[in-house]
Amino acid sequence: MTWESVLRRARREPLAAGALLLLVAMTLGVVLVPPLSRQDPIAIGDVLALRYLPPFTRDASGVLHLLGTDRFGRDLFVRMMLAGRISLLVGVVGSVAAAALGTAVGALAAWVGGTADRLLMAATDALLAIPRLVLLLVCASLWRPGLTSVMIVLVATGWMGVARMVRAEVLGVRSRPYVDAAVALGARSGRVLWRHALPNALGPAIVATALGVGNAILLESGLSFLGLGVQPPEPSWGNMIAGGRDAIVTAPWIALAPGIALIITVLACTLIGDWLRDRLAGEAAGLLGERV
Amino acid sequence: MSALPLARRVRDALVLYWLVMSLTFVLVRLAPGDPATMLVPPDASPAVVHRLRHDFGLDASYPVQYARWLGATLTGNLGESFATHEPVTHVLARAAPISLGLGLASLALTFIVGVPLGLVQGMRRGSRWDHALTVATTTVYAMPSFWIALALVAVFTYGASTLGLPVWLRLPAFGIRTPGASLHGWAAAWDVGRHAILPVAILAAVGAAGIARYTRTSVADVSAQDFVRTARAKGLSPARVSLRHVMANVLAPLVVLFALALPGLVAGSIFVEAVFAWPGMGRAMLDAIAARDYPVVMAAATVYAGAVIFANLAADLVLPLLDPRRTSA
Repeated sequence: MTWESVLRRARREPLAAGALLLLVAMTLGVVLVPPLSRQDPIAIGDVLALRYLPPFTRDASGVLHLLGTDRFGRDLFVRMMLAGRISLLVGVVGSVAAAALGTAVGALAAWVGGTADRLLMAATDALLAIPRLVLLLVCASLWRPGLTSVMIVLVATGWMGVARMVRAEVLGVRSRPYVDAAVALGARSGRVLWRHALPNALGPAIVATALGVGNAILLESGLSFLGLGVQPPEPSWGNMIAGGRDAIVTAPWIALAPGIALIITVLACTLIGDWLRDRLAGEAAGLLGERV
Repeated sequence: MSALPLARRVRDALVLYWLVMSLTFVLVRLAPGDPATMLVPPDASPAVVHRLRHDFGLDASYPVQYARWLGATLTGNLGESFATHEPVTHVLARAAPISLGLGLASLALTFIVGVPLGLVQGMRRGSRWDHALTVATTTVYAMPSFWIALALVAVFTYGASTLGLPVWLRLPAFGIRTPGASLHGWAAAWDVGRHAILPVAILAAVGAAGIARYTRTSVADVSAQDFVRTARAKGLSPARVSLRHVMANVLAPLVVLFALALPGLVAGSIFVEAVFAWPGMGRAMLDAIAARDYPVVMAAATVYAGAVIFANLAADLVLPLLDPRRTSA
């Protein structure tokens, strides 16, 4: 692909191209800003001189604080980028792992059928019947809060929708002639599923994964906001918003800035998910994920 | 639809509810930490802890605990709160109406705002309006409600006084009624109403963005069908095509969505309740989680799940009435 054709494509689909650009910029930012900056986003220095500086101000030593500082005098922009690493990681890992688990359960249930199918789907339905937020809160409260438990809980509560979709797709694909042909040629059952049925049933799962990244980032921020997710001093967008809550009147930028980074990221993920859906799934299902 | 599927669906719903209840029981027992040790002072003697465990039935084996709990729940006894020793039914009876009211008010607004937006977008897909509204709704949809809540608190409390907004725009940002004020009749209702403006507006904005996104996709799908092209070809006005031909076909799934969206919205109010200190279900649940108050956590989770299952059942039963081509949601 030449640059020219990429540009032409981008002009035809400005929303998806813009979203991709935002996501790339955000990823570069969270990877590059913390090591390149002279600020330490975690250590606490001269609190009295540095705290609550508004955006675009220089402190006494002439360092520019792009988004100001928080109540411990830490640079908000660098901190926000460091937090973005965790939020993006949780979003991508949480969503991809949940989709993988859901795909495995759904494909297995559809392929094996019988009692296994009924048991797996009963468990899926039971978990789906509890609003994800409630399930998430119950699980998050049961174990010691932290990065790992947030990811485990996101996977444990996020696979059911994908499982249902993949099961339906595999059931539909199973009766296609090419599956019969593969069986007739003597392929083993597992190989037929892996090489023939599953690849043709993955469309909805891919869309759900893309939309799920934004959703997972939102849910992580919600948990961290309530103190049940990533724990300070390790920054995440959610606990940064919580940290700025007390100063929302005197220094609103502390809570608002991480939220804007979060919204940009989730927005970009959702637009890309929509774009994929228009191409792969063509269905409105899965559009209404639960919101934080 | 014959009578048999109805009975089967109700049975399936009840089985599912039993599964969910058992699931919450298992989840809560998996938790590390013993609630009895949290309820006594650190220097309490083992004998006191032992008596407490016996009083709460925590010393019995899990199957026995499960049987006791299931039997009590089926007879309407949800136990008493570990933290306050109040019957759990009282805690829920106090909190549920607040969350339900918040949920219903914002759900109604959600559809009143969201459906027309999605209709405009879907009918003019690819237009400037569509792009602008898509960006707007997707942006709002990407906002965490607690962040919007904090932003609006900043605007309507501090901002309202520095920007010189009129007094009636200085909205309360805390609680459900003005503390210490003894108001009656209309004054009391107006007081609660003023306290409800920000929470309801936030939940409705996020919900409406979601509904608009859904409506846009459904409308676009229906508009691409042959009968809509026929209606246009025979010269009907655009308004008539969109209302009589497109909307009629989009409405049935929307009504179902209305039923399905309520539990999610009530659960979503957890964060709004947390920011605005509303004493609803979400807050009751967060407090109970912090205090390891198992009976309240379990009861709240099963109430939420009951709402979801009931909404699904209702949607399943109503959909064939609205759209005879469909037999279930």
